[in-house]
Amino acid sequence: MIYYDKVSKTYPDETVALTDVSFSVEPKEFVTIVGPSGAGKTTLMKLLIAEDRPTGGTISFESANVHKMNRRDIGKLRRRIGTVFQDYRLIPTKTIYENIAFAMEAAGRTDAEIAADVPHVLELVDIGHKIWNFPKELSGGERQRVAIARAIVTQPDVVIADEPTGNLDPTNTAEIVRILKKINQLGTTVLLTTHNKGVVDTVGGRVITIEKGKVIKDDKNGKYIL
Amino acid sequence: MILTSFKRIIKTGFVDFWRNGFLSFAAIVVITLALLSVGGLIFAGAFGRTLLKEVKSQVDINVYFSLQAPESLIIAFSNEVKKLPEVSVATYVSRDQALALFKAKWQNNALIMQGLDELGSNPFPASINIKAKEPGQYGGIANYLEKKNPTDDNGTPIIEKINYEENKLIIDRLGRIIPTVEQGGLIVAIILAIVAIIVVFNTIRLITYTARDEISVMKLVGASNVFVRGPLVVSGIIYGVISGVITLVLLAVFAYWSDTAILRLAGVDVAQNFSFAIDVFSSYFTTNLGQLFGIIMGTGVILGGVSSYVAARRYLHV
Repeated sequence: MIYYDKVSKTYPDETVALTDVSFSVEPKEFVTIVGPSGAGKTTLMKLLIAEDRPTGGTISFESANVHKMNRRDIGKLRRRIGTVFQDYRLIPTKTIYENIAFAMEAAGRTDAEIAADVPHVLELVDIGHKIWNFPKELSGGERQRVAIARAIVTQPDVVIADEPTGNLDPTNTAEIVRILKKINQLGTTVLLTTHNKGVVDTVGGRVITIEKGKVIKDDKNGKYIL
Repeated sequence: MILTSFKRIIKTGFVDFWRNGFLSFAAIVVITLALLSVGGLIFAGAFGRTLLKEVKSQVDINVYFSLQAPESLIIAFSNEVKKLPEVSVATYVSRDQALALFKAKWQNNALIMQGLDELGSNPFPASINIKAKEPGQYGGIANYLEKKNPTDDNGTPIIEKINYEENKLIIDRLGRIIPTVEQGGLIVAIILAIVAIIVVFNTIRLITYTARDEISVMKLVGASNVFVRGPLVVSGIIYGVISGVITLVLLAVFAYWSDTAILRLAGVDVAQNFSFAIDVFSSYFTTNLGQLFGIIMGTGVILGGVSSYVAARRYLHV
């Protein structure tokens, strides 16, 4: 479903983020990408949603090369991939409801669908009571759950979560992991990056370890070993 | 689907406008100032045009005929003058009319009236008062009159005097000054308009800059450019509409307030002589309300909308 083929990325300031990274992700897989900070995990995610371009190699989603898509197709791709950012990236001027509704509006859903699905997904991530608050009135864990709700509300084929637990305490971390596993069980492919050993151990499943921009381990039933 | 998107864009634009509070206020202030400068230019132009028209209308040529010239010849000549393409108005004043006018003017002055009686006969020549269409045309008309100058049966020219030479200086100067003033006004207007556009554009760019993270998030969630940019443009148009309304109200207040202000400044005496200047703004405002409304609102909406549209472009490349 997702194919990284000899992907390299060197930033303009000569920082090498990725070198010859190749792996693929099958539908309904739960893949955890682990590695220390600066290993290139975030770059991998950014390249998949065409937020940035690789300097070498190709990234394909199904049969399409992500970086040969036109703007309209990139929009479509992004609506099929729900993204959870480490820094949440909620829209500060919109309420929680509107933040979620926006993703659905962007995907062209009807008002009726939005009215039905938004409260539902917010219940799912257990934030239904703060639906009319603004992001700044929420805690970090709550914001991250809203970010997950936004990523999954359009029922995307893939959810990518970049260090979603990076700023959270253990309780919230466990909660986020539980939600992601549940999404995966419902049939969504999940790509999770983390440097948190506890997270890897709870998730189980396939673990890809990267270090200094290279894949050093791809384990079907992995543990976090460095 | 398109209708739904359109509705959502409009709604989001209004909500953003409202929630942006202070930024929206700042944009309205800046656009209002820009529109006021546009309105000020329009008013200044109207004032200038009225003033010039008045000055132009006070410039004229008087042709005085000899006392012996037969009236039939004079009337024929004056009809000829009226047909000249450069002549706007030519008024014939007969000897009797001239006398009557003089008497009416000095009827309360016994000394002058007595002197007039002692003369016994009518000392006033017949005359034609000529107004040209453009100030620059007086020289040509005066030339024509001098060359044409018909003669009576005795071979004496019927025109005794053309007072063009007396007015020549002021007429020539006006002919040169008026186009310069008009051109200068246009240049000032263009410079002011450019400054206004730059200031408004930069303000809206700053507002868009504060929303750059939101724009990139919207793009990363998969929103199309139209969907991201639309509400910004709607907000920009709202700035323009509100600023336009404020500007029109301020211009109306100024136009009607200026009547009394000018009257008070100039004093009633002066005002009587320059009555045209007293209600120049209010009458201009009333008669050109539709045009003013179009220009001010149109400028506001275009300034706000286009600035937002252009300002958003930079942040859409995500």
